Amino acid sequence: MSIDMSVVSLQLGQCGNQIGHELFSVISDDSNGPNRKKYKQCSDDRFFYETSAGVLVDMEPKVISQAIAKASKSGRWRYGDKAHFSQKQGSGNNWANGFCVHGPRHEEAVEDLVRKEIERCDRLAGIFTMMSVAGGTGSGVGTYITQRLRDLYPNSFILNQVTWPYGAGEVIVQNYNSVLTLSHLYQLSDAILVHENDTVHKICSRLMNIKHISISDVNKVIAHQLASVLQPAYTADSPCHYSTNPIGELMSSLVSHPEYKLLSLCNIPQMSSTSLAYSVFNWPGLLKHLRQMLIASARMEEGIDWTVSAPSAVTSGGESATNSRHKNFNISLANLLILRGKDVSTAVTDGFKDPTLYVPWLKTENSFSTWTCPVAFNGYEKSATLVSNSQSLLKPLDNIVRKAWNMFASRAYVHQYTKFGISEEDFLDSFTALEQIISSYTHL
Amino acid sequence: MGVYDEALSSFFRNVDQRGADSTGGKITALKARAVLVDMEEGVLGEILQGPLRSLFSSTQLISDVSGSGNNWAVGHHTYGLAYREQIVDQVRKAAEHCDCLQCFFLIHSMGGGTGSGLGTFVLKLLEDEFPEVYRIVTSVYPTAEDDVITSPYNSVLAMKELTEHADCVLPVDNQSLVDIVGKIQHMSNTGKPGCTIKKDCTIISGQGGVVKVEKPFDAMNNIVANLLLNITSSARFEGSLNMDLNEIAMNLVPFPRLHYLVSSLTPLYTLADVNVPPRRLDQMFSDAFSKEHQLIRADPKHNLYLACALMLRGDVQLSDLRRNIERLKPTLPFVPWNQEGWKTSLCSVPPVCHSHSLLALANNTCVKSTFFDLRERFVKLYRRKAHLHHYLAVDGMELAGFSEALSSISALIEEYTHLESPLMPNAPRLTIAT
Repeated sequence: MSIDMSVVSLQLGQCGNQIGHELFSVISDDSNGPNRKKYKQCSDDRFFYETSAGVLVDMEPKVISQAIAKASKSGRWRYGDKAHFSQKQGSGNNWANGFCVHGPRHEEAVEDLVRKEIERCDRLAGIFTMMSVAGGTGSGVGTYITQRLRDLYPNSFILNQVTWPYGAGEVIVQNYNSVLTLSHLYQLSDAILVHENDTVHKICSRLMNIKHISISDVNKVIAHQLASVLQPAYTADSPCHYSTNPIGELMSSLVSHPEYKLLSLCNIPQMSSTSLAYSVFNWPGLLKHLRQMLIASARMEEGIDWTVSAPSAVTSGGESATNSRHKNFNISLANLLILRGKDVSTAVTDGFKDPTLYVPWLKTENSFSTWTCPVAFNGYEKSATLVSNSQSLLKPLDNIVRKAWNMFASRAYVHQYTKFGISEEDFLDSFTALEQIISSYTHL
Repeated sequence: MGVYDEALSSFFRNVDQRGADSTGGKITALKARAVLVDMEEGVLGEILQGPLRSLFSSTQLISDVSGSGNNWAVGHHTYGLAYREQIVDQVRKAAEHCDCLQCFFLIHSMGGGTGSGLGTFVLKLLEDEFPEVYRIVTSVYPTAEDDVITSPYNSVLAMKELTEHADCVLPVDNQSLVDIVGKIQHMSNTGKPGCTIKKDCTIISGQGGVVKVEKPFDAMNNIVANLLLNITSSARFEGSLNMDLNEIAMNLVPFPRLHYLVSSLTPLYTLADVNVPPRRLDQMFSDAFSKEHQLIRADPKHNLYLACALMLRGDVQLSDLRRNIERLKPTLPFVPWNQEGWKTSLCSVPPVCHSHSLLALANNTCVKSTFFDLRERFVKLYRRKAHLHHYLAVDGMELAGFSEALSSISALIEEYTHLESPLMPNAPRLTIAT
């Protein structure tokens, strides 16, 4: 029996705390399903000690109180009594306020909490943070804390889950906050796993048929997707017992080059529980859809563009490869397929091994991996998740930078940032960093 | 008795018999976290004898006898000097009783002497003494028909202070409030079936409040009270998308001086007839952008939005919000660098008597016409030097004060106008050497 490694999670700001709470709920519900003793054992070791190995941080108290209360009410799990830190006044949607003021002011208290959780683990699998990029605390304080943790734990993996806001605003300065967050995180994080509210919203409305979508609905979908990655599975490194190093293996599968760290998630099927009762899935069907979603950059299982195809396998040199590529074809650096459920051993994943899906300068055997688990996940008889390091986030990222740049050109709101210590120079540095990332992904 | 909770504690202290803060959760005696200033005794006197008198201890009220005679200079310079220490003292005491002071709400009118003159003096004082605490000012602007002849002077002199020292101003004009009151009373009196307004469920009735509407300005004042309630709702109560007061300035003020926000409130009333389906949510959003619901006369749809905040309370879901933003976006002209300039918040707790409500706060260039009119009225008097001697006779008031105030409001109008000029093509992006 190998010593299990634990994941310490850090929930920051309103979004991070809401998602974190849903995540632990899903994990707890899933682990307590039928016929899964070893699965539950592994999952419990990974995420819970006596209480969840989660740290909650926010600059105002209401969200954390709610999360803690809801968890306790569930009767199944709860947060540690002292595992939270909050203040009375938020960061005002101001990244500079979060990063330059609140972060440094409270760094000791937060580091203390994280250290306590880490010390409770036999071994640390990694630090998993959840935050939005649009606001002030998750984004600003979250980035600052990530920086501190990187310094304090240079050998630990840090996986940042970030939520990108709706394109048509939730916060007016969201694009500034996003640019500042992503440019900094790119230097600090091992991988950045992205969820977009627009995409998840569409999943709720079109696939799950939810009439009146609430923020809780959106968060539940995100939690479901995250749990499908983080729950126990058999991997290439650990084919006979559940992997003890999920985050490390995720990193080595997907992030081989430090210039490319943006990861996206697709999970199918996703539907309302009533529809689920009447649906039957087979692995070939699921995998075919996922593959097309990948190459057509479809973020959800509807409106997939089936005209997009991989370039023909026979090419004679770089140029023809480029020419034969469909203009909307999404090139991948690496993909990780996670299959859970009935008859998972019969699933044939060859479609993802096609070298034309990937950049030519990486060996295919390093580009694609599969994890499996025969246990049905979260009520779905079969569930397939694709974690992808590809161009699929390029367009949304470019949109964020474009809007932020246009706003910056007029210098609107910049005084709110300079007031707290972020200068125009800092903005320009961040823009430069992001243009670099965009360029890298564009020229794959 | 009731529970003293977070929501109450934002506006009230809970004190015991000795006047110290009570421990424990039950309400013993509530004291408003407020300082009330007036240079004549009538209004304050009424408060101290009225049904709300227990909310205020006499030290929180600062008054004098003779008033400011509708003279900004008297309010600002004479009384400012005389009462500075006392005011600082009282504010400091109130601040010390707060665990975390988020924001000052300053409420005054622009047209008179005390509210306008001493009020803006206090504003400057708050900036000096508490530079990190936000200052949100609710200002009642005089209309052209205002019976105080010198109200344009008072208002323009005050404007300069507001532009320089407030973080955010919510202008309100009496005419808009009168119109809203009229509209509600018309609905009440029509007596058409299905049009009966639920008793006490209007924005003017002080619903759930202690005081029954009696005096002429009560109805109008209740509207402004509702504005402040809605702005602070997300800070007081829980919700799935919170919005603190410091987020208001952050999102709605792109350039420091351009911080004048047009507010509109909906619904104005709840219908009593149970057969009438509850006002469709979408209608509520449309109403928020109709001129009839604005607290200031202005025309945002024919000017340019710099930013807009939607603060929702009650039974409204995310999808309702998203759908309506999509629907309204094409009809509202936004400045090119902020095409999606929406700030949104969802608070779970609705106002008393309603199932949901919406407050829209817009930073829109339409305010420049209000300022333009105000300036015209100022200039009409100033050109003839009418009544100037009353001001210049006051110690501390110089003629330069007038010209500076005039420049300030002119510059402000110019800044708003400038934002409307035809846009530059989108700035070219940074290019990276590959």
